[in-house]
Amino acid sequence: MNLRLIVSIAKSLLLARLKQTIVAAVGVTFSITMFVTLLGFMTGLNTMLDSLILNRTPHVRLFNDIKPLEVQPIDASGKFKGAYNFISSIKSGAGRKEIYNSGAIIQRINEDDRVLGLAPRINAPVFFNDGAIEITASINGIDVVEEMRLFHFNEYVTTGNPIDLKNVSNSIVLGKALAEKLLANIGDVVQLTTSQGERFPLKVVGYFESGLLDFDKTQAYASIGTVQKLLGKDKSYVTDLQVKLNDILLAPAVAKEYAILFQTDTEDIQTANSQFETGSRVRSIISYTVGITLLVVAGFGIYNILNMMIFEKMETIAILKATGFSGNDVKRIFMTIAMTIGVVGGLAGLLFGFLLSSLIDQIPFNTAALPTITTYPINYNIAYYIIGVTFALITTYFAGFFPARKAGKVDPVIIIRGK
Amino acid sequence: MSEIILESRSINKSFHDPVTVKILNDINFKVNKGEFVSVVGKSGCGKSTLLYILSTMDTDYEGELLIDNIKMTGKTEAELAHVRNEKIGFVFQFHYLLNEFSALKNVMLPGLKLGKHSEQEVEHRAMELMKKLSIDKLALKDANQLSGGEKQRVAIARALINDPDIIMGDEPTGNLDKKNSEIVFDILKQLTIEFKQTMLIVTHDPEFAGKTQRVIEMEDGRIIRQ
Ligand SMILES: Nc1ncnc2c1ncn2[C@@H]1O[C@H](COP(=O)(O)OP(=O)(O)OP(=O)(O)O)[C@@H](O)[C@H]1O
Ligand SMILES: [Mg+2]
Repeated sequence: MNLRLIVSIAKSLLLARLKQTIVAAVGVTFSITMFVTLLGFMTGLNTMLDSLILNRTPHVRLFNDIKPLEVQPIDASGKFKGAYNFISSIKSGAGRKEIYNSGAIIQRINEDDRVLGLAPRINAPVFFNDGAIEITASINGIDVVEEMRLFHFNEYVTTGNPIDLKNVSNSIVLGKALAEKLLANIGDVVQLTTSQGERFPLKVVGYFESGLLDFDKTQAYASIGTVQKLLGKDKSYVTDLQVKLNDILLAPAVAKEYAILFQTDTEDIQTANSQFETGSRVRSIISYTVGITLLVVAGFGIYNILNMMIFEKMETIAILKATGFSGNDVKRIFMTIAMTIGVVGGLAGLLFGFLLSSLIDQIPFNTAALPTITTYPINYNIAYYIIGVTFALITTYFAGFFPARKAGKVDPVIIIRGK
Repeated sequence: MSEIILESRSINKSFHDPVTVKILNDINFKVNKGEFVSVVGKSGCGKSTLLYILSTMDTDYEGELLIDNIKMTGKTEAELAHVRNEKIGFVFQFHYLLNEFSALKNVMLPGLKLGKHSEQEVEHRAMELMKKLSIDKLALKDANQLSGGEKQRVAIARALINDPDIIMGDEPTGNLDKKNSEIVFDILKQLTIEFKQTMLIVTHDPEFAGKTQRVIEMEDGRIIRQ
């Protein structure tokens, strides 16, 4: 009906109680600000921590695990059917970590159009000889160019040029922590021993920092050819094939398919990093819980202030009703007041939330663990702003609903008689 | 035969708090168009109670109420609000004005609510009425800046804004001094003469009642003379 009249009455009532109105709106503003900032910050951190893992983790990894046969010959033999096998301490067969026929597999995978790229690797245990002391570590033979393209290898090499691994023969990039242990500077030569007992000198061309100290203490990178030489293997020797897909969600299916197709072990990223997803989800749940709690508290603030306002305005309500405003009109007037508080408070909250987020975004955040990050990460996803304002409107609607209904039910006779 | 504007058919009302007490007992009367009627009676005899029923604000009664020959009894709250808006002007003893608005806006509100005329027309009509009650100078003042007599005149202007069928008043002069009472009475009187405005006014003031066309006298919830 006459919406303009209702809005103008609501406005007059609001302005007559400006201070209370502002207090109520500030409650909403505060909670929306915190909601938006908290979610932006938390998911920013989540994305950062996830990408820490996701960027350098292959979507599907092909490898050969050394393990005993699942079906032992004795089980396959018909002779012992129905008998109980209690042979223990079974040894694995002469297992090889090598992926058989790697050339054909690489070619086949590269032809798969679900695949973004593939980087072969060799992983081998070595000892670094630091005077009399031997330090155990692991050397990774990598295809530098592909590792940089697919797994951001260059981002983790904080000192030195990663491409030197390819261009300088017999070169190595050490984990920063490992290099410190070995007192190895760039250009120095470190001595390492393979598990076969062969000793090699390699030239240090860089350090890398992965963000995980334990990892940096035990890892080193060299080109795939260098490691093949180290181990005395031929050009086709690789132990891991790291596949990056166009769509990460396909990883489990592709992993299963490749396991059958290539007769190797496979692992998909979802299985390998399930704990990270859990962590992200818990952080999101916490942020939402805190945000919604704040909103509910703000809702109670609105509820109280409206109730107080209605108590004060009983006479006004009675006169409005006596002069022809229906209970519904009165209800709408107070709903308009509530929603105005919600909308104004909510929009201000979005603005302040954005400003606060931008402020946090400026705060320097330097940690050895995350060389690519310089300030606190913030996710400016519009979805949080939409969720925030939607919740603000829903809370104010309910906070306004009950007082407004009460106002609509005020009996003018009781008020007029009571004077 | 003159037209009937308000009719009460065997209206009874009891309060049940804490024991049932009958306040109104078989009230029957009619008010014709253009009549200036006063209701008198001792304090506590049920005058206000009756007026709240007649003004459709109180719906908890037995019997029937007709306004402009339309039955009000049994109508919904929203329908009754519309009837009050369109057909009834109410003047209280305590000048109930909305303090959040100017005097002019107070007069205009029921007109804006009715929505029959544009805002400019309602404002124009409100100014005319206020001029007639010589309060046009106060139009833009806040309601709480006015004196009692001025407030009551604003309330009368508000009651008139929608050209109501009947104006009801519960001791509209009860809170005013003699001079202001007379001003208000003269205004009401003038309205009946000039515009044939129907009036039903509850009063304690015998002098006031004596000057009206017709007096309904109540005692203990009954009409004893009309
Ligand atoms: N809510 C109520 N509950 C119980 N009794 C009530 C209630 N309201 C009024 N009464 C009683 O009803 C009777 C009539 O009251 P009413 O206000 O109609 O009298 P009145 O004639 O207007 O009196 P006055 O001239 O003093 O204004 C009184 O005895 C009063 O005590
Ligand atoms: Mg009374």
